Amino acid sequence: MSTATRTPPTGTGRPGVPARPGAPGPAAPGRPPLRAPARGWALGRAGAWALAAAVPLLFLGTFFAWPVLALVGRGFLPDGALDLSGFADVFSRPRTWRIVGLTLAQGAIGTVLSVLLGVPGAYVLYRCRFRGVGALRAFVTVPFVLPTVVVGVAFRALLRDNGPLGFLHLDGTFTAIVAALVFFNYAVVVRTVGSLWQRLDPRPEQAARSLGASPARAFWTVTLPALTPAIVSAASLVFLFCATAFGTVLVLGGMRYGTVETEIWIQTTQFLDLRAAAVLSVVQVVVVVAALAVAGRARARRERALSLVAPGASGARPARPHGLPAVVTGVVLVLLALPLGALLLGSLRTGDGWGLDHYRALGTTGGRNALTVTVWEALGNSLRIAVDATLLALLVGCLVALVVSRRPRAGAARRAVGVLDGAFMLPLGVSAVTVGFGALLTLGHPFGIQTDLRSSGILVPVVQAVVAVPLVVRTVLPVLRAIDPRLREAAGTLGAGSGRVLLGVDGALAARSIGLAVGFAFAVSLGEFGATSFLARPDLPTLPVVIFRLIGQPGADNYGMALAASVVLAALTAGVMALAERFRGPAGGEL
Amino acid sequence: MTGSGAGTGLAVRDLVVRYPGAGRGAPAVTAVDGVTLDVPVGEVLALLGPSGCGKSSLLRAVAGLEPPASGAVTWDGVDLAAVPVHRRGFGLVFQDGQLFPHRDVAGNVAYGLRGLPRNARAARVAELLDLVGLPGYDRRPVTTLSGGERQRVALARSLAPRPRLLLLDEPLSALDRSLRERLADDLRRALVATGTTALFVTHDQDEAATVADRVAVLSAGRLLQVDAPEALWRRPATREVAEFLGYRTFLVAGPGPAAAADAETGTLAVAAGGWRVLGPADPEPAPAAPVRAAVVAERRTRRGRAEVVAVLEAEDARVTAALPAAGAGAPEPGDRVRLVAEEGAVAVVGG
Repeated sequence: MSTATRTPPTGTGRPGVPARPGAPGPAAPGRPPLRAPARGWALGRAGAWALAAAVPLLFLGTFFAWPVLALVGRGFLPDGALDLSGFADVFSRPRTWRIVGLTLAQGAIGTVLSVLLGVPGAYVLYRCRFRGVGALRAFVTVPFVLPTVVVGVAFRALLRDNGPLGFLHLDGTFTAIVAALVFFNYAVVVRTVGSLWQRLDPRPEQAARSLGASPARAFWTVTLPALTPAIVSAASLVFLFCATAFGTVLVLGGMRYGTVETEIWIQTTQFLDLRAAAVLSVVQVVVVVAALAVAGRARARRERALSLVAPGASGARPARPHGLPAVVTGVVLVLLALPLGALLLGSLRTGDGWGLDHYRALGTTGGRNALTVTVWEALGNSLRIAVDATLLALLVGCLVALVVSRRPRAGAARRAVGVLDGAFMLPLGVSAVTVGFGALLTLGHPFGIQTDLRSSGILVPVVQAVVAVPLVVRTVLPVLRAIDPRLREAAGTLGAGSGRVLLGVDGALAARSIGLAVGFAFAVSLGEFGATSFLARPDLPTLPVVIFRLIGQPGADNYGMALAASVVLAALTAGVMALAERFRGPAGGEL
Repeated sequence: MTGSGAGTGLAVRDLVVRYPGAGRGAPAVTAVDGVTLDVPVGEVLALLGPSGCGKSSLLRAVAGLEPPASGAVTWDGVDLAAVPVHRRGFGLVFQDGQLFPHRDVAGNVAYGLRGLPRNARAARVAELLDLVGLPGYDRRPVTTLSGGERQRVALARSLAPRPRLLLLDEPLSALDRSLRERLADDLRRALVATGTTALFVTHDQDEAATVADRVAVLSAGRLLQVDAPEALWRRPATREVAEFLGYRTFLVAGPGPAAAADAETGTLAVAAGGWRVLGPADPEPAPAAPVRAAVVAERRTRRGRAEVVAVLEAEDARVTAALPAAGAGAPEPGDRVRLVAEEGAVAVVGG
């Protein structure tokens, strides 16, 4: 304690701080003398970052950009010269316009319904507190993690003529497709809007009430504008999912209804018209990029000028739900349960009553040898492929998240990071069918490889990883971005090298979200159907491929097997996601 | 009840506010514990207390944002239990403004003016922006405002619909000190100019004294004392109130005329920084002023002024004392000095 007796002349002196400029402090014991780092150090550091960016770029360039661009090229440049006659030809067919119209109508109606039902759901499940709310939130998520083929099969089971709702005669109608899309996407709206609503500061609404606004007016003029960015963001995602829906639409729509996505598949596999498929892929890319641009803008605006608090903080207790949203949500929850129940009941229904016959049949190749392998073998294939795809997606996705989470000082590097951020999101938008089809066309012998990759089976996990990478990035990146850079600086001043900072700060804080990402990637890979349907070898089919083949075969037994296999696949993906959800932290990404 | 209390303003009777415990089976927390309080029309009452004393809960219960566990809140004798927030006509100003980010300044101020014709609304907005010292700010986006400007807009927004009662929840505590002092004066002026009845929550004693006609001291959910600022600072009811008002040293009745005279009515309390070293050249203090012998423990500077820390001999209490204006012969640690309490810094506790 300094009891310096000097009188500060100007009053700027601080007690307790001896003013001894230039006086050398005692040398810290045991410290090595300072040395300038080796010259290569800075170069090595830059090189490491460049490598971290190059690996994912190379991966996505080879397995995503090249196939997609080659496909687009096939539409524009059939013989090496620019030729738009393919477009003229495809767009002169009334069928094309019908498909494009159906795609947009499905997207628009599905989105509007999902938002109208999802916003009350977000309020009830995220803003109110009552017994069992946690279980209901988990239940709402189940349809979203179900493979699309399973969703289609479940709705068929519900709506077919002798199904529980067969009297409505909705099987194979446009209404059925839209209902299935809303079933699938309801959770997207509830979760995106709900997670924001939960953290929304309740005080602006209270300020409005104190200024004489009724609860309804306070909602319309204060709460809803605050939620709008989240609603727009959710809506554009839902539109994307609806407009690129493949498995569900293929199962439910048959040949009468379809999207651009199913049409690409039909043109390729049924009519063998590769040029038309290429043209449709271009159309698909345009629609998707436009939707993504809207989503990106909304996301950028989302947290601007919003005051957020910890859930349940700021003294306002979550209230009991108001009547109307509670009723709407109750009805929706029942409707969500119906297809799942129909699927389960259907799988237990045998020709002469109830039993586990269809589950026993999973060890066979189906009636009249519908399959080349048993369903259990297909499940084994799915699991093996999913492990490979998850590892790949995790490696690439984490590198992307790491690179994109940095804010370099140099303007050019900063812009490059921004471009990377957008580029790695493209696989989320470009349809899986386009990727699978493109890979089928281009990746026969890349880089002069002798064996045909298409028949080696290696492309299936690779392409599934391409589909899963954006999900991994979107899960890990927000957590990395939320790390205060001063935390890394503090670690640095405490003597941690950049490697230790990476492990001890970034790695430790993002560990939970990486766990969640593993779950996402694994579940997506298990259920992936669009790209896999092109690339899976006939003797190594995955479970969704087998299910689709089974429902295309005649015979009640094959149909029952398809239901049983769907139940197995649904239970597996839901289980994986339930495990992964345990890793969700306070900033668990956007989905 | 109607009519009997017309024009009497706000009355709070035996109000209790409880929050449910954090976990299942956790005991409920009582934030406000049987408070009875009146705010007559036209008066500004400050609720003063340390953080966590329940003053904000009391305010929220009056606003209708928190259901009381028991007790009553009435206005002009009408029980407000069944009246929802937006029908009470009570304005509310938050600590951080809570302006609507998607509306500009005029849009915020006009929010409560629904039902007025367009011209009248615009005129009222201009009038209030004048009142809070922000004329011409109508079209500014609220995100471009500084902290002080935001609070001014929040005040204008709450005053615009002419609330029966204005509730202010620590409206100045998010601002820095000099701005806070200036805004406290402006706030007082705006409330008086509009004749607004107000309940003003703060943990800052100076702010309470500047803004309010009367100050209510709250501690652990209970009301300790309600009085006009001068009376409160002169005669705090208990030692607890005195401590919260900033009195640090409590003098034992010892030898000396002043202590003897006051021993019958109560203990003397001296505010922090209320002592001055009595120099040899200084005139002898008035007989009422307490004088104590003390030993200097250390010297230090505070805001650029030299002062000493000394231990009172009779009370064995450490106090800081300013040095006499003429700095000659400043005492060193170990020196024995005489300290006198400045006249404005002495209170009679329990008087």
